[in-house]
Amino acid sequence: MIDPHALWTRPAPWLAMAVLGLPVAAGLGAVIAPAFGWLPALGGTSPTLAHWQALWETPGLVDMVRLSAVTGLASAGLSLAIVMLFLGAFLHTRLFGVVRRLLSPLLAVPHAAAAIGLAFLFTPSGLAARLVSPWPSGWEYPPDYLFPGDPDGLALIIGLTIKEVPFLLLMSLAALPQCRAGERLDVARGLGYRPMAAFLKAVLPGLYPLLRLPVYAVIAFATSAVDVALILGPTTPPPLSVAVLRWLNDPDLTMRFMASAGALLQLGVTLAALLVWWTLEGLTARACRGWLSDGRRAFGDTALRWTGLGLLGAALVLIIGSLIGLMLWSLAGYWPFPEALPWPWIADNWLGALDGLAAPLEHAAEVGLAATLVSLGLVLGALEAESRRTRPVRRWSEWLLYLPLLVPPVAFLFGLVLIQTQLGLAPGIAAVIGAHVVFVLPYVFLSLAESHRRLDPRWTQLARSLGASPSRVFWRVRLPLLTAPLLTAAAVGFAVSIGQYLPTLLLGAGRVATITTEAVSLASGGDRRLTAVYALLQLLLPAAGFALALGLPRLLFRHRIGLVSPS
Amino acid sequence: MTDLSHTGLAPASLHLERLVINLAGQPLVRLDTDIAPGEILTVMGPSGSGKSTLLAAIAGFLAPAFTAAGCVRLGDTPLDGLPPESRHVGLLFQDPLLFPHLSVGGNLAFGMAPGGRRRERRARVAEALARAGLAGYAERDPATLSGGQKARVALLRVLLSAPRAMLLDEPFSSLDVALRDDLRRRVVAEIARRGLPALLVTHDPADAEAAGGRIVTLGGS
Repeated sequence: MIDPHALWTRPAPWLAMAVLGLPVAAGLGAVIAPAFGWLPALGGTSPTLAHWQALWETPGLVDMVRLSAVTGLASAGLSLAIVMLFLGAFLHTRLFGVVRRLLSPLLAVPHAAAAIGLAFLFTPSGLAARLVSPWPSGWEYPPDYLFPGDPDGLALIIGLTIKEVPFLLLMSLAALPQCRAGERLDVARGLGYRPMAAFLKAVLPGLYPLLRLPVYAVIAFATSAVDVALILGPTTPPPLSVAVLRWLNDPDLTMRFMASAGALLQLGVTLAALLVWWTLEGLTARACRGWLSDGRRAFGDTALRWTGLGLLGAALVLIIGSLIGLMLWSLAGYWPFPEALPWPWIADNWLGALDGLAAPLEHAAEVGLAATLVSLGLVLGALEAESRRTRPVRRWSEWLLYLPLLVPPVAFLFGLVLIQTQLGLAPGIAAVIGAHVVFVLPYVFLSLAESHRRLDPRWTQLARSLGASPSRVFWRVRLPLLTAPLLTAAAVGFAVSIGQYLPTLLLGAGRVATITTEAVSLASGGDRRLTAVYALLQLLLPAAGFALALGLPRLLFRHRIGLVSPS
Repeated sequence: MTDLSHTGLAPASLHLERLVINLAGQPLVRLDTDIAPGEILTVMGPSGSGKSTLLAAIAGFLAPAFTAAGCVRLGDTPLDGLPPESRHVGLLFQDPLLFPHLSVGGNLAFGMAPGGRRRERRARVAEALARAGLAGYAERDPATLSGGQKARVALLRVLLSAPRAMLLDEPFSSLDVALRDDLRRRVVAEIARRGLPALLVTHDPADAEAAGGRIVTLGGS
């Protein structure tokens, strides 16, 4: 008789790989033909380079490409520097533990909400300008500067950075024990190295290789982000990803040819940015070879330490300041410019929004729950299958895991839309859920894998030798032992799904309105109070998810201390 | 910047003055003794008796759950409150902990004081390797060394950092018997030659015998 456990775990890894690989490959494949003129449904029946020609002649194209590449590389470099300096300065101190606990909630702040908050904070009539007005700035009226949307993309860089820092920190936390960071640090300090020098010379060379894929994912995300760029980026010309989205949403359907070419160009820009980074990586490694063992044990320790703390502190202050700004706007009645606080405080903004809120909230929760459950099932199955085999996972499966995070979504999602139309599939909630799974699954896997692999194999051996079947072991032993990390992974997955803008918009053909798509489209309008309400609600759903993930195990296992406290 | 040119300093004693390490308010380790230059004090005791905690306290790595009272001095320098990197206390762990991102020579150069031309540094590394019977190993990947070789490189790395005292945390226990004897002899000889006060934590009575110094037993009888 086949054990039901095997029935599910055996195909799970293959299903997971298919879910990750197929949509990306198919989506990319589907934009290639139209980019070269082949899309019979729209009358494109002969191969041509005319659409590339048209793309090339688009005014401002060079600026668009430059914006995407520069903002992407700059924010990735900045966030990596912040995280590394912070780790170097504080890995050995208690403050590190505090920041660690702050992380997951910050990671849960959806991109769009953070971007809207940042925009409201620094816009000429925003909270920051109000706090310094009329004294000491002397501004009686909102000053005249362009933020967000400055032509150099500074706002965009800041917005991307404050979202990437928590992600890279979280990835570092998982990688630190893997490269035995604590021992490396102790050995180096025992040999007389100051903490920062010990970190940079003894820990970082082991840590960075483990962070490489997350860093690449950050670059890919930052060079092709759409939602953050829509809110914080310049508009004329916009970053390339936003331009591509405009072209493929153009009422003139023939624009879809050029949009396809643009999607491929976006892929090229992202790959080029990755190539630049990879080259710099190699040059840095070469330049540092002698420096690593030159024996110098201290260099600017204090300065680097304060820089690390200052930069991370600034990132935290920006995120928290953004959230406070959002709350103030959502409760603001009358709030003329130089006033730092609104008066009176009213609930009307919230009450007025209630009518329109039900559907987007319901859609977001529905899609989020479904995508999370599907991903959780696949990830758990794949990990269970892995734990039954003795050989470790191959390297390419890790790359596959990162595939949806490395290929610009705007490139392959548009291809999926083209496939959807050609197959005559109805756009709607099912398609949106499917697209969300592609993005949710990697994060669920990253979140769960470490705890699952660390689970002591002797629990299973013990249970099996007591006569339990594999299914029974899974349901009665492994699953309960993994309750807390499972719920955390679910909360992470749910938060990722809630934050998705592009897949919701494209695969739902604009008909599946979620709290996030509504918030992004409101952000370009003028109603700050309503936008703030939506941005906060967008934040509320994942926050509720994390609260549940933290609280539930404590409630379920309140008489099982060994399960709740970390062993 | 930390002064690392202490190689010329006269040998100093390691003073543990009424040292008490508490865990959750309960005293775990009590020790009041001086270790003379060249002397190896052996600390024995069952696991959980606080042997490694004692070393961590002297090296400056005490976990926040513990508190220490009393005073640790190296010669005239009080160590309490100094960060680990300023204590000049050489640590030898049970695992050799060679940095996997550096070559064998790179690991040794990492331990050496800065300064000097690259060629001079390389020559010093080669010389040290030759003395340890590892001539020509500078470019090797540490992962390709045998257990005994790794342990010898770890010892060289500590010695090249010119410590003023040595703390040995069961450094021989992961080696098989023949290698254990060899490394033990090397460590004892180097400590005597350099006149370093040393503290050796071990389970193995043979270690204590080879160290040839006083023996302190923690916890229990």
